[in-house]
Amino acid sequence: MPVTLLRETPSQTAGPYVHIGLVPSAAGLQTRTQENLHVVAGPQTEGEAIKLELNLWDGGGAPIVDAVVEVWQADGKGRYRHPLDPRSSEIASDFRGFGRAASDLKSGYYVFETVKPGRVENIDGKLMAPHISLTLFARGMNLQLNTRVYFADEASNDEDPILAMVPPPRRRTMIAERKDGGGTPTYTLDIHCQGPKETVFFDV
Amino acid sequence: MNEHSHLSWAGPLTDRRNAQERYARAYQPRERHLHPAADFPGYKSTIARAPKQALLSIPQTMSELTGPVFGHNDLAPHDDDMIVNGQVDGEPIGERIIVHGRVLDQNGRGLPNTLVEVWQANAGGRYRHKLEDYLAPLDPNFGGCGRCVTDEDGNYHFRTIRPGAYPWRNYRNSWRPAHIHFSLFGPAFATRLITQMYFEGDPLIPICPIVNAVPDKAGVDAMTALLDTTANTPHDCLAYRFDIVLRGPRQIFFENRPEGL
Repeated sequence: MPVTLLRETPSQTAGPYVHIGLVPSAAGLQTRTQENLHVVAGPQTEGEAIKLELNLWDGGGAPIVDAVVEVWQADGKGRYRHPLDPRSSEIASDFRGFGRAASDLKSGYYVFETVKPGRVENIDGKLMAPHISLTLFARGMNLQLNTRVYFADEASNDEDPILAMVPPPRRRTMIAERKDGGGTPTYTLDIHCQGPKETVFFDV
Repeated sequence: MNEHSHLSWAGPLTDRRNAQERYARAYQPRERHLHPAADFPGYKSTIARAPKQALLSIPQTMSELTGPVFGHNDLAPHDDDMIVNGQVDGEPIGERIIVHGRVLDQNGRGLPNTLVEVWQANAGGRYRHKLEDYLAPLDPNFGGCGRCVTDEDGNYHFRTIRPGAYPWRNYRNSWRPAHIHFSLFGPAFATRLITQMYFEGDPLIPICPIVNAVPDKAGVDAMTALLDTTANTPHDCLAYRFDIVLRGPRQIFFENRPEGL
């Protein structure tokens, strides 16, 4: 029997005051101030502790100061905290795999404290290169933007099925550079909504 | 199984079974033509922020089929009651309302344990936010931030103050209809959705460019809550009902069998 599907509720922009609902402390609310949603992993989590630094830019070259960025990732062993992952129960209790960050409302700089994820299987059973899924919500975005962050020092990038779909000159828009030098290793990436360095965004 | 034949079935049989099962868990494609266009000139902020390149269609891998899991333990008391959770020394000003409904997938199934986050302006149309400078006053007893987790049937329920309309810097005389922002997760990264809820009968709805970025009236109606007098609290709150549909699975599994087979 043919099935009639309901229509997905239309998306609407998260607007300029998205922080009130998603990161209330960034809006200036004195509520949930104990939440550190940009901390994705704790000390017990398997994997190399890293910082992920993102800078968001609009098409005019101005920083996007009012977005909320969400990340979703596996732990250092490539395990997702989700019922679909059979190894989910082996994950350290201080790893949820989800994070959320606002900028200081001036700089367009967003930072996460996490671990470098391990490789995760694609649907054909082959391993993908380590990556973090990224979602951007902001004023002027009618529907969220999705992309991934890959890591410049990963040889497996060359065999990743998603990167392989991207023309080589644009692949680097998804690959974060590593900065070592005291403290936690840091990966940095610029996200551009438009222009010659426009990030590759996904239809998931 | 012919519909799977475009996949490459390399590898041992067990791997192929796993791959097949995961594929069957994939979500319906997002019907982007039924969502607002990324670039909608009537909403000026989209002009510098809408990507110009075509989106890359990617397969749904484990990274998209999974997503954060939330539960009632993640909530604090009164997170679902914006009449109470911003109070300092009294009741907030404005029309007291209940907003409730069901979070469904495209197959009409209620989605349990889904985090629903909401935010809104106060009764005067003023948001409690560092970047907000509208001359309407803050209400010292109203924050405008709430959240809850759906029950086993996908139901959610908030109490709040009906938000006011407010002007915004788009065109010289642009006003937003009264609305509540809704953020939803669903079971996977692929089902994530942020939308806005409007109120039945608001004359600002049909002249708002953010609303009108949605291409058809049915879509606008789907974002419009209806007065639901059956759910009122007598002598206390009016109620509005707003159901939300998130992307559904391509196949429904029941005890490892596709339903109906």
